[in-house]
Amino acid sequence: MFTAATLALLVAIGLAIGRACLGPTVFDRVLAANTIGTLAVCLMAVYGFLTERPEFLDVAIVYTLLNVLGTLAILKFFRFGSLGDPEEGEPADRPEAGR
Amino acid sequence: MTVIFDIASWLFIAAGAFFTIVGALGILRMPDMYTRCHAAGILDPFGVSLILVGLMFQAGLTLVTVKLGFLIVLLMFTSPVSTHALGRAALHHGLKPLLADDKQTGDVSSKR
Repeated sequence: MFTAATLALLVAIGLAIGRACLGPTVFDRVLAANTIGTLAVCLMAVYGFLTERPEFLDVAIVYTLLNVLGTLAILKFFRFGSLGDPEEGEPADRPEAGR
Repeated sequence: MTVIFDIASWLFIAAGAFFTIVGALGILRMPDMYTRCHAAGILDPFGVSLILVGLMFQAGLTLVTVKLGFLIVLLMFTSPVSTHALGRAALHHGLKPLLADDKQTGDVSSKR
């Protein structure tokens, strides 16, 4: 049962990697990277059960937080052209940024 | 009782694996970026959460179940937020959604 779930997750990760390689815009790649991160979290949990070591769940919780923070940071960078450093001025004043 | 929990766990894990495969197939095959967001919105909170619920049936009433429940709640909150931020950033960037009267190919919308 856990082997079947692991195989399904690996196939899904392979399909998402295909989209990350093909994707025409940067947002497709960010979407695929976010999906790969979520699937890796689930793969960690299932693999912990498969090898009877559920301590992997602590790693999975931390990885979820890192995943969403990384996605939001990348999106903010591509939208504003910076990560909001105070020396660089207000990001909303720079409409030319973000390409 | 154990047999009932095993069967429920089987059902949840099989449904989660099915939705995970379907969502990943949608991410690969959908024509433009916003529909791919829709497929990812199926995959993230639904497929993965169903697999984790199946694991909760296997773990029983232990600390592992609490951690799995925390993980499910975290995924339910963070995954729609990141999908929404992705769609908003793409729209702000000038990426047009693919409409029905456009051409069939998906690269109509790819204005980088």
